Amino acid sequence: MADIMTPALGESVTEATVARWTKKAGDAVRKDEILVELETDKVSLEVAAPADGVLSEILAGEGDTVEPGTVLGKMSEGGAAAAPAKAEAPKAEAKPEPKAEAAPAPAPAKSEAAKPAAPSAQRIAAENNLDLAKVSGSGKDGRVTKGDAIAALETRASAPAPAAAPSAPRELHEREERVRMTRLRQTIARRLKEAQNNAAMLTTFNEVDMSAVMALRTEYKDVFEKRHGVRLGFMSFFVKACIAALKQVPDVNAEIDGQDIIYKNHYDIGVAVGTEKGLVVPVIRDADEMSLAGVEKAIGAMGKKARDGQLALDDLQGGTFTISNGGVYGSLMSTPILNAPQSGILGMHKIQERPMVVKGQVVIRPMMYLALSYDHRVVDGQGAVTFLVKVKDAIEDPQRLLLDL
Amino acid sequence: MSQYDVVIIGGGPGGYNAAIRAGQLGLKVACVEKRDTLGGTCLNVGCMPSKALLHASELYDAAMGKEFATLGIEVKPKLNLSQMMAQKAESVTQLTKGIEFLFKKNKADWIKGAGKIVGPGKVEVTAADGAVQTLEAKNIVIATGSEPTPLPGVTIDQQRIVDSTGALSLPEVPKKLIVVGAGIIGLELGSVWRRLGAEVTVVEFLDRITPGMDTETAKTFQRSLTKQGIVFKLGAKVTGAETSKSGVKLTVEPVAGGEAETLEADYVLVAIGRRPYTEGLGLESVGVTTDKRGVIETDHFKTSAPGVWAIGDAIHGPMLAHKAEEDAVACIELIAGKAGHVDYNLVPSVVYTAPEVAWVGKTEEQLKEAGVAYKAGKFPFTANSRAKINHETDGFAKILADAKTDEILGVHIVGPQAGEMIGEYCVAMAFKAASEDIARTSHPHPTRSEAGRQAAMGVEGWTMQS
Repeated sequence: MADIMTPALGESVTEATVARWTKKAGDAVRKDEILVELETDKVSLEVAAPADGVLSEILAGEGDTVEPGTVLGKMSEGGAAAAPAKAEAPKAEAKPEPKAEAAPAPAPAKSEAAKPAAPSAQRIAAENNLDLAKVSGSGKDGRVTKGDAIAALETRASAPAPAAAPSAPRELHEREERVRMTRLRQTIARRLKEAQNNAAMLTTFNEVDMSAVMALRTEYKDVFEKRHGVRLGFMSFFVKACIAALKQVPDVNAEIDGQDIIYKNHYDIGVAVGTEKGLVVPVIRDADEMSLAGVEKAIGAMGKKARDGQLALDDLQGGTFTISNGGVYGSLMSTPILNAPQSGILGMHKIQERPMVVKGQVVIRPMMYLALSYDHRVVDGQGAVTFLVKVKDAIEDPQRLLLDL
Repeated sequence: MSQYDVVIIGGGPGGYNAAIRAGQLGLKVACVEKRDTLGGTCLNVGCMPSKALLHASELYDAAMGKEFATLGIEVKPKLNLSQMMAQKAESVTQLTKGIEFLFKKNKADWIKGAGKIVGPGKVEVTAADGAVQTLEAKNIVIATGSEPTPLPGVTIDQQRIVDSTGALSLPEVPKKLIVVGAGIIGLELGSVWRRLGAEVTVVEFLDRITPGMDTETAKTFQRSLTKQGIVFKLGAKVTGAETSKSGVKLTVEPVAGGEAETLEADYVLVAIGRRPYTEGLGLESVGVTTDKRGVIETDHFKTSAPGVWAIGDAIHGPMLAHKAEEDAVACIELIAGKAGHVDYNLVPSVVYTAPEVAWVGKTEEQLKEAGVAYKAGKFPFTANSRAKINHETDGFAKILADAKTDEILGVHIVGPQAGEMIGEYCVAMAFKAASEDIARTSHPHPTRSEAGRQAAMGVEGWTMQS
C-alpha cells in the first residue's frame, strides 16, 4: 500500500484545495501518471502516482482542503485492479486523517484540551467568521469570554490585514445564482484590498507617441525574428523604458517595510498575463541584464506557462515593478492597482490614432495613454511624473535607450 | 504539652471548617472552643436558629393570614411558642453534633475551653472547671468571630433589651418590639416576631435600610416589609433607654436634629452591627494588633506575627458564615503549602426574610462611583409564571453587566428563593460570564430562576416575558 501525499506547496503556502481527481478508486494507474490536481493561492499542482498499481482509496475528495503531508489517497502497488479496492472506496467518505478546517466556518471548540469558549463568544464567532482558536481568553483557565470575542472583532476590523468575510451570506433572490470564489480569486481579492488599504495610491497619466517604436518594428521585425526566433513586440521596449526610468527614480522600485524604505538594486519586472482563471503576474528576473530579445523570450515563456497553468511559485514572487497592459482588451485609459508590496505599476493601453500637434502642424499619430499608479508614501508627485516622462521619452525616442539617457 | 501542626481558636464556621480541611490534608489539628457545643455563633445563636424561626414563622403567618384561605385551606391556627423554640433547639443540637462527627471523621481534636495565645506557637486553654493546659502549635489560626456591637446609652440585659441571641429565645411574643438597626439581622428577627404577631418598629440611624444593599433593591425590599406591617423610622438615633419590669422607654432623636421623642415597647432588640471578638485572646503576647474597629489586619490571612493566621469575622471582609468558610479553606491550604485565595467580590449576601434578598458583585452605586459604564436588565416577579402561581410576586431580579464586554458585574434579586438562586450567578461570575451567557442557558420552566434569565435578556433589550 502506498500513500499518495500532498507535496510541499511553497514557502508561505499552507493549504491547497483538491481541484480534480483524474482517476477513480479502483482505476489502474501507471507510475508518474497524474492522479489529482491541487489548487493553491498562487498555482495549480499535479500529484502523480508514485508507482504502477491501482488507486484503492480516495481520502481527500474534490473541494477538500489539504496541507503538505496530508494523505490524499492510497494505492496498492503492482498489477491489476483488486476487488477489495472497490469495497474500500465507500470508506473514503469517513473523515480524512488530518483535520481539515473549512475556511468559512470556524469550529467553536479548539482541540480537546482547550476549554470551551462562553456560549456568547461562540455565537459571535459563528456570526462573524471569527476563528476562536486565535483569540486569547481572559476567562477562567484561559476561556474565551464574550468580551474577548468582541475585542478580537474590533482588532480585526481596525487591522489593515485581510478583512474578515461579512456575517452570514445573504439570502438569494430569484434570478440569482451563488458561485463560490476559487482560491485564486479569493487570494486576488484579498491582495487587491490589502494593496488599497495599505498604500496611499494615486495615479498619474501621460501619453506616448508610438510612431517611433512602430517604425522601428516595421523596419526590423523580420530580421529580428529570424535572428532571435522570437517576435519583436512592444512589451520589451516598455520593459526597457521602465527600467531606465526606475534607475532614474529609484523610489518607484522601492518597498515600504514598517518605518523603513527598502531600495532594490535589481530589476525584476512583473508582466501581467490574463488567464482563464484570473490575472497572474509572472516576473522577468534581472530584466535590466536582458536584451530586447531576451525580454521577449522571457515574456513569451511565462505567458505560455501561465496559460498552461504551469507557473511555479518562484515565478510569481519577488517582483520590484509591474507592467500591465489593458490595451489588449481595448482599454483607452485606466488606473491600475498596485501589486503589493511594490510601489509602482505602469498601465499600458490601446494604441489609437489621434490628431496631435507637432511643430505647429496637426498630424495623425498612434497614441497610447500611459498610467502610473504609485504609492505616495514612498514616491512623491514629482518622482511619479518624472518616471512617466522618462518612459515616454524612451519610447518616443528609442535611441535614448541605446545611449542610456 | 500537646504538639499540633495547627491550633485553631474558635469553633464556628471559620474554625470548624479550618479544622476539617486541616484534617483532610493530613495536618495534626486541634480546635479550641469554649462553648459547650461546636458551631460558633452561626449554629448556636445565629444563622441556624434564626432560619428555623424564619421558616416556622413564615408558615404560621401563611396559615394565620390570607394565604392559606386563598389556597382553600381553612384553619384557625394557634401558636405554641415553646414548641417552636424546642424544635429550633433540637435542630441546632443535631447540627452541632454533626460537627462533632465531622471532627472525629477528619481526626481533628476539640479542646474544650477558652483559648489564649501566650507566646509564639503556644495556646493556653482554660476549661470550664478551671483546668489549664498548653498546646504547642506550628501554626495558630484565630477564628474567634464577632459579637454584637453595643449601643452606647442602651444596656443589653437580655430581659427587656436583647441582642440577637436574646431575640432568638424570647419567652413570649412581644406586643410591641422595637428593633434598633435596619440591618440584615434586625430585619430578619423583626420579621420573625412580626409574623408571630408582634407590632414591630425599626429605628435606623441612616436614611435607608440595609447599607451595602443595592439602593433600588433596598427600596423595593423596604416597601415589601412595610406592606407586611413593619414600621420604619429612618434617620433616627436612639440616645437612651429606660427599662422597667414591663417594658422599655426609648429616647429617639432625628439624626438631622430636632425634637426627641419617646418610643415605648415591651421588648427592644439592639442589632446595630457586629464587631470582631478578640477579648482575652492574648494578641499582645505575639505582637498582633487590631485596628480601631477591632479588626485583625492580615495579608492573605497572615497576621504580623509569624505562624499566626486569622480568618472569618475577626478579619476584614463580609461578616458571613460562608465567607469564613472560604477563608478557612484558603488559609489551611496556604498553611499546607498549597495556593489559597478568596475573591470577596464573589461572596454572595442573603437576607432570609420573605421576600428574600440576595446579591453578589457590585451595586449600581458602586459601579457609578467607580465610573464603570454598565447596562442593567430587570425583571419583576409579577411576570414570572411560578411566582404568580405561588402568589409570591413581590420583587425583581436585576443583572448589571459591563456596557462593552457584557461581563456580569453584579446581580441583585429580591423575591422568592433569592438565596437559592444567587449561587448560579456566583459560578457565572467566577467564569467571567456575560449576561448573554445566562440568557442563552436553559433554565427550567416553571421556576423562579427564570426571572434571572429574563433579566439577563433585558440587559441587551430582548426580555421575552414582559
